[in-house]
Amino acid sequence: MAQATDIQRRYGKTQRVDRWWIEPALFGGGLLAFVIYSTVSALILGNSWHFEAGPYLSPFFEPLIKPGWVPEWISPAVFILWAPLGFRTTCYYYRRTYYRSFFMSPPGCAVTEPAKSYSGESKFPFILQNAHRLFLYVALVFIPILWYGALKAFWLDGEGLGVGVGSLILTANAFLLMMYTLSCHSLRHLIGGGLDCFSCSNYTRTRRKAWDILSLANEHHKGWAWASLISVGLADLYVHLVANGVLTDLNTWSNF
Amino acid sequence: MPKAHLKVWRGDDSGQYVEYDVEYEEGMVVLDVVHRLQATQAGDLAIRWNCKAGKCGSCSAEINGKPKLQCMTRMGTFIDGETITIAPLKTFPIIRDLVTDVSWNYRVAETMPELKLSGPDASGHRRMQQIDIDREQEFRKCIECYICQDVCHVIRDHPENQGNFAGPRFFVQLANVAMHPLDQNPKSATVAHGFGLDYCNITKCCTDVCPEGIHITDNAIIPLKERRVDEYYDPIRAIGRKLFGKK
Repeated sequence: MAQATDIQRRYGKTQRVDRWWIEPALFGGGLLAFVIYSTVSALILGNSWHFEAGPYLSPFFEPLIKPGWVPEWISPAVFILWAPLGFRTTCYYYRRTYYRSFFMSPPGCAVTEPAKSYSGESKFPFILQNAHRLFLYVALVFIPILWYGALKAFWLDGEGLGVGVGSLILTANAFLLMMYTLSCHSLRHLIGGGLDCFSCSNYTRTRRKAWDILSLANEHHKGWAWASLISVGLADLYVHLVANGVLTDLNTWSNF
Repeated sequence: MPKAHLKVWRGDDSGQYVEYDVEYEEGMVVLDVVHRLQATQAGDLAIRWNCKAGKCGSCSAEINGKPKLQCMTRMGTFIDGETITIAPLKTFPIIRDLVTDVSWNYRVAETMPELKLSGPDASGHRRMQQIDIDREQEFRKCIECYICQDVCHVIRDHPENQGNFAGPRFFVQLANVAMHPLDQNPKSATVAHGFGLDYCNITKCCTDVCPEGIHITDNAIIPLKERRVDEYYDPIRAIGRKLFGKK
């Protein structure tokens, strides 16, 4: 038994000759960078780093919830970020990414993992991944809220309709976040994937057509996941930089 | 004529890699070169193969560490002078050389629920429409090469899970039953605990290696997990079932 078994069980051991470690390193690094940035920007700096500039509001704070009983040192983002955090943490794509990059389970295909035992998502805490459906319901509520924030960015009080770089960034961000949500595996299942008979009625035929469309979006779920993650981070950074006087927003308004 | 530098596993579990130089011609696949090796230098080399067309699923092996069909791996994909390592599937016991004992899969297959078709209609036929079965046709492309089973870390790195986990090939089979428009099995036959669906952590290696291009994770495993969520973890669906008595 000796040789083959040892080769199989030693951590990181593989016969692969390609650079299999690039993907988990790159994507894991990207995720880590976003987690650090968003934690610092939205939670640690919170109220002390302005997040509103004219008609623009950082998407980390949309919709703005600031009850009077909440101490100033608590960021309003805590009322918002639990939803996208839960949605993305339980997302099938991100699961793949962080299981590979952070849990080394496995670090790459046909690369031996370090854990001595494995129970996957059958036990706590990973059984909680089944809450993805619940977070999807919440994420669907956020789509019109984000679009409201994007459209609001075209209206400056006192001056009316206009457009600025920030308006365009927030609109692109709302679109990408919407596409990330619409390409969700769980939504694809709810819309039509859960049916066994598509031809049974006009209603199920319509759901089949919707399922076909969502399946097209779902094929690129990874792309939507990364594009929306980067866009929401950049939109937050842009609004903060404008709000704190580091950048000047190019726009059609005269007093902003 | 160029020469391929091969490192081929010889013997059983306690065997070793043996290196060979074998001449090959343009257009050959790895299986051709292994056959030439067998014919010229290693007459006792054990290898399982049959169709040489990517349809029988017999010649699965690990080529440079990646599970693949030898008959579908072109020599032209390797860099000149590159050492090509050919090993048996690591998840299964080695019988000899490149041949492994995949009978565990046959035992799992015996536990799979069979289709229970609803009765024929008034004309005496069972009818299905194309839009109801084109999803199933992807699953039926499976050639049972067991490459997905080999690469799945749930059993590759943790053989102790073989008693609790059916593996990606059989999740495709379960999805085929679960989504069949005429199947009458109770949902518990396909989505309940028992096949180890919740051991899968969606790393998609099975999809990456499938020589038939079946979207195992996106179209079989995740939909099965979602059907389980419908049954056990979605309170809104549960309320809907209570109120309207529907599934």
